[in-house]
Parts: sequence; structure tokens; C-alpha cells
Amino acid sequence: MNHPLLLQARGLVKSYRKNRLEVPVLRGVDLDVPEGKVTAMIGRSGSGKSSLMHLLATLDRPDEGAVYYRGQRIDDAPRRFRDGFRNNDIGIIFQFYHLLPELTALENVLAPAMIGRSAWHYLRTRRETRQRAEALLDRVGLSHRRDHKPTEMSGGEMQRAAIARALMSEPSALLADEPTGNLDTETGQEILELLRGLNQNEGLTIVMVTHDDAIARDADYTVRLENGRVADAKLAAVA
Amino acid sequence: MYRWLLCFRYLRTRYIALASVISVTLGVGTLIVVNAVMSGFSAEMHDKMQSLASDIVIESHASNGLPNPQAHLEEIQRLLGDQLAGYSFSVHTPAMLAVEHNGQVIRHQVNLTGLDTNTYASVTDFGKYLLHPENRQRVQFRLRDDGYPDRDRQYKWGAEYREWRLAIEKARSEERERLAAAEQAAAANTDEAAAGPGAAAAGPSFGQMFPTDVDQVSTVEDAVGEETTEFPGLVLGVATCSFRTRDADGEVLDFFYCRPGDDVRLMFANASDKPKAINQKFTVVDLFESGMSEYDGSFAFCDIRQLQELRGMVDPESQARSVTTIQLRLAEGANLSAARDVIRARFPPERFAYNIQTWRDMQGPLLAAVAMETTILNILLFLIIAVAGFGILATFFMIVVEKTRDIGTLKALGASSGGVMSIFLSYGLTLGIVGAGVGLVGGLLFVAYINPIAAVIERITGQEVFDPTIYYFNEIPTIVEPFTVTWVMIGAVMIAVMASVLPALRAARMHPVQSLRYE
Repeated sequence: MNHPLLLQARGLVKSYRKNRLEVPVLRGVDLDVPEGKVTAMIGRSGSGKSSLMHLLATLDRPDEGAVYYRGQRIDDAPRRFRDGFRNNDIGIIFQFYHLLPELTALENVLAPAMIGRSAWHYLRTRRETRQRAEALLDRVGLSHRRDHKPTEMSGGEMQRAAIARALMSEPSALLADEPTGNLDTETGQEILELLRGLNQNEGLTIVMVTHDDAIARDADYTVRLENGRVADAKLAAVA
Repeated sequence: MYRWLLCFRYLRTRYIALASVISVTLGVGTLIVVNAVMSGFSAEMHDKMQSLASDIVIESHASNGLPNPQAHLEEIQRLLGDQLAGYSFSVHTPAMLAVEHNGQVIRHQVNLTGLDTNTYASVTDFGKYLLHPENRQRVQFRLRDDGYPDRDRQYKWGAEYREWRLAIEKARSEERERLAAAEQAAAANTDEAAAGPGAAAAGPSFGQMFPTDVDQVSTVEDAVGEETTEFPGLVLGVATCSFRTRDADGEVLDFFYCRPGDDVRLMFANASDKPKAINQKFTVVDLFESGMSEYDGSFAFCDIRQLQELRGMVDPESQARSVTTIQLRLAEGANLSAARDVIRARFPPERFAYNIQTWRDMQGPLLAAVAMETTILNILLFLIIAVAGFGILATFFMIVVEKTRDIGTLKALGASSGGVMSIFLSYGLTLGIVGAGVGLVGGLLFVAYINPIAAVIERITGQEVFDPTIYYFNEIPTIVEPFTVTWVMIGAVMIAVMASVLPALRAARMHPVQSLRYE
């Protein structure tokens, strides 16, 4: 591995409680995400790939094990730090886009900036921030949808807006949870190309959760999860 | 920043929440209207009570009053110093008013007050409530020729009416004498022959056309002056000699038993140790209308000098006049209770039969009742707003549940729990401000147009909202107190914010992963 590691997971164990039954989801997962590469996590439903991503994004805390970001442990960091980490250092893309329905595409893209900065700071830097958001919408090919609400957009458009939003705070990694899972093949392909382009042109690290082997084959590295364990740690290098 | 953006967007898109603050709006509006009307009423009452009662009243309970009032006044001046802004002497006595109306005598109990025409204006606003405009400037206990307001449908008030009436009365008594003489002559001829059948033929009688025995019960002095038509002047409270009704069209109508120009009879005790009833005719020279039924229905005023003479309160040797009451007005901002206590200490009740009171003491129960009513209404209406708070609570819980996924998204984007909580708290705050603000504007508009609104309601329902036959105000008095309005607003907004605390806490505690998975 000649690339520095951006995210590392060591011995992650996570289980969820359903009624009184404890359902183990991750049973000791080690994972390395090299910087500037596309890492795909594949596995069947229930294999724990989404949970792993949530742990990487610090949306959840592991029962055991640790997550490191640039060598620094983040899973047990204070809440404030983790909020800042999610806001600044990573961008998350969801299968169901999760745009805020009350806001227009542009406002959705602006949301991370508004969340990350104080009202005063935001208002002072509003012009530059807005320009950046518009540029991002342009970048994902959505400038014509700038003032539209999510309900007025198609699935592909919503996912593009979500990607623009994830890029807003100039993150070093994009975590994508089945970004094409809800889209038809063609639209899904466009989204993947967009992500691929971001990786190649801007060197963005991408961690992508998918259940589609074809998508995983395009990734630099593939991690297959089975029953909460990494089944096949071999790295599939792709040209 | 995002919290305000989202909270304004929620405000614009969640009409259910706006519906939940309608009750806040209504509560605030009602509170403002109720407080404005109540303080309007009590201010009007205070105003009238204070202006009529003067600040401090020293009242002697002795029948011959308080001798040498000038010495008392000097002592009080010494005690109060600069605080004393005005004084007046008066004589108060309970009296029986007898008004002759259409051959019948109408009796009414009144408090007869003898006023010092030179000084009364420095302690009370008595003159302000007189009907004749010139008497309002300076009262004269003398019938004026003209200039009385056109209040009576039957007769025009003034000297002309009096002359006309006196002429009729004179003709009447001459006719009566002539009849009596003729009857005596006839009785001499045939003993009680045709009197009975004649009366029966006239049909049933509902009232006598001629007074029966008013003239017969006269005192000795009165009998001497029977021929004269010059009597002391008297100002009567408007409700002692009139009543309000409505005619067939629903118009308010005052009916007067007597009016300026009429003569009435007053009976009251004299000031001697063995009281005798004085029976004196007075000429009504003006009417007094304050709008306080308590005063209008029981007051009668005359000149203090005439009353002192009638009651025998003038010392035959020294010509010193005694009074029953000293009224004081204090300088603006003076502490009435403290001044009262100073005077009370000088004239302790153990040694003097004086009752020393401020106007507040005298009207205490009524003022307390009004204050109590206002307090209870405020509590009840605040409870209504509190109930509205629970409506907001329920609605907010629904909105938080509905927004579960968005809350997860916000947290995924790095929003802190506090930030998420503040979205819903600011939402509650904005809703409270909007609800209370609309209520404020509505309430103030209602207060500003309360009389036209009352008229419209009257027209629609046919029910009199504000009956001038009861209140003696022609319009509903209102006063908007900024202090009260501010507190109502703060209270309403606080309730809205407090109602959103629980839902906001729930939103803040949501687990991001579970919220993201929420369908």
C-alpha cells in the first residue's frame, strides 16, 4: 500500500438490539481506506456494509474497536469534534438522497456551510459561499435546477444535488451509501461517472457502499463484507 | 443560520402549526381587549370617584358637625404644610326628597350636600358633571334663563318653564279654593248628596291629578312663606329624578319627574341636640350627571350657607358657622395615606367623632372588587393560552416525528444536537411571536373599533352589548396599558417556547442512524 491511509477501522464490533435480542452486525472488521482512491464495500443486505459506513462517518459508535482519521482516533472523540468532522472532513451521500424538502437545490447545497459556520460568519462570507455553491451545482450539471425544491426534481437530479452538497465544505472523502441504489441503470451510470470524475480530477477519496459487483469492479479497492466480517481482504487493483 | 432558514420554511409550509397558534392569538387578543376595557372602566371609575370625593375627607359624625372649621383648617395646614393644595368646607346630611309629579309625590332618599361655591372647585370636579355649561365653569344655585341642554322631550328647561308652571299652579290652587268654597256652600244645602255617584261615573282612576297632602304637612316657617315662589337653589343627581327607558324604536329615552325650574321638597334633620325635621322647598336649578349610578342616584347639592342656616348651624351670638366635612386636596404625588395618618393622629377617634378617610378608603370595596375581577379574568385567559400551549406541544411532536429523516440528515451534515434543538425552539419562538403578534394587532384593532363593533353585533344579534341605560356611559371606555400588553405578549411567547421544549429535546436526542433509516 503506497498511498497514505485516510480512514482506518480496527476490530470494529457493533450489534443492534432488537427487542431483547442482540443482533450482531459487525464482528471485528478491519478496513483501510487509502487517500485519493475509490474503495468499494460490497456485500449482501444485512452484511453490515452500511453500518460500517456509519461508523466511519461517526454517525454511530462501535461497541468495540476504533476508527482513525489520518491516524487520529475519532470514534470516541467528543461530540463537538465529531460534528465538525462530519461537517468539514467528509461528505455523505445516501441512497435516498436525503435532501431537505423545504429547501431549494441551492439552499440544500449551502446547508453544510450554514451548519458549520456561525450565523455572523456565514452572513459575512455569504457571497463567496453562494458562488461556490452555484459552481458546485454547475459542476454536477444542475444549474438549471438551482431554485427548485427536491419534490420538483428527478431521482438523478436529487442525487446530483446531494453530491454537490457533500462537496460543499471541501471534504477529503466522500462516503456514499448505495448512491445508485434507487436509480435506473443509465442514471446510476451518470452518477458513478460523476463520482469517478471527482476522484480522478480532484483526487477525492471515495468510499462507496454497493451491492452491485459491476460497480465494485470499477473501484480501486474492493472490500467484501459477509456476516459482519471482511470476507475477502484481497485488494482488486484496477487500471 | 440554518436553524432560522429552516424554522421560517417550516413556518411557511406547516399550516397545521399555524392553526395551533390560533388559540394563542385568540387568547392574546382577548386578554388585550379585556384588560383595555377593564382598565378603561376602572380608570373612569377612579377618575369620577377621586374627582368627586376629593383626596382626603374629614367628616364629623356629630349632628351639629364640627365647630370652628377655620381653626381645624389652620391646624391641618400646620400639619401638612406644602402638601395641602386645596380645601373646601361642606355640610352633609341625609335627606328625603319629595318630587311632585302629576299629582303624586315621589320620594327618594338623597345625601344632601351644602357646597361652598367659592372653594369647591379646588377639591372636587363636581362642576364638571353639571348639565348647564355655565354652571360647569362656576356653579350658581340660581335658576338660569336659558342654555340648558335639550335633554327632555316634554319641556324646555329654564326660567320660562318655571313661570309657565307657576302660573298653572296658581290657577289650579285658585280653582281648588273656588271648588272648596262651592262645596262648602253646597254641603250646607244638601248633606253629602251627589259626591259618591259623581266620582264613580268618572271611571277608574290610576292616579290623582292634584297633589293630596304635600302642602298640608308644612312646618310653621313654611306656612308663613307659603305665598313666596323664591326657594333656595338645588342641584339634583340626574337619577334621583329621572329614569332611563327605551321607546318603541329602541331609542334611549330619559324620563324626568322634575327638571330645572321645578320645585321639590326636602326633609332633613336639623343640627340641634334634639333633632327636628326641617321641611323645605327648593327650586331645582340644574342636574348632575357623573355616569356613576351610585352618585347620580343619591346626590343633591345646595349652597352651604343656606343649608347651614336651615339646619341651625350658625351660632346666633358669634355668627360662627359649623360644617360637617372638611375636604382636602393634596399636591400632585403626595402620599394620601401618610397625610391621612398624620391628621388622624392629631384628631384621634377616641376624642373626636371624626372619620378621616382618603377617597380610596371610601371606595375601597368597589375598587378591590374591580381589581379582583381583572385578576381572575387574567388568570382564566392565561389558562386558555396555556391550553393552547398543549396544542402546540402535540403539533410539534407530530412535526418532529414527520421531520425525523431531516433531523438525521442535518446530523449527518454535522449539525449538533443543540443546533437541532434550537431549530424547534426557534420555531416555537417564531410561532409564539407570530401568534401573539397577530393577537396583539387584532386585539388593538378591536379595542380601537370597539364601539362600532359593538354596534354591528347589536345589529346582527339584536342584543344590546353595551346598554347605556345601565352604565351611563355612551361609549365603552378603553385604556391600553403598554405594561400589561408587554406582559401578555411575553407570557404568550414564553408559553409557546415552553411547549416546544419537549419536542425539541426529543428531536435533539434522536439517533442519527435511526433517523436516517426512518421511513
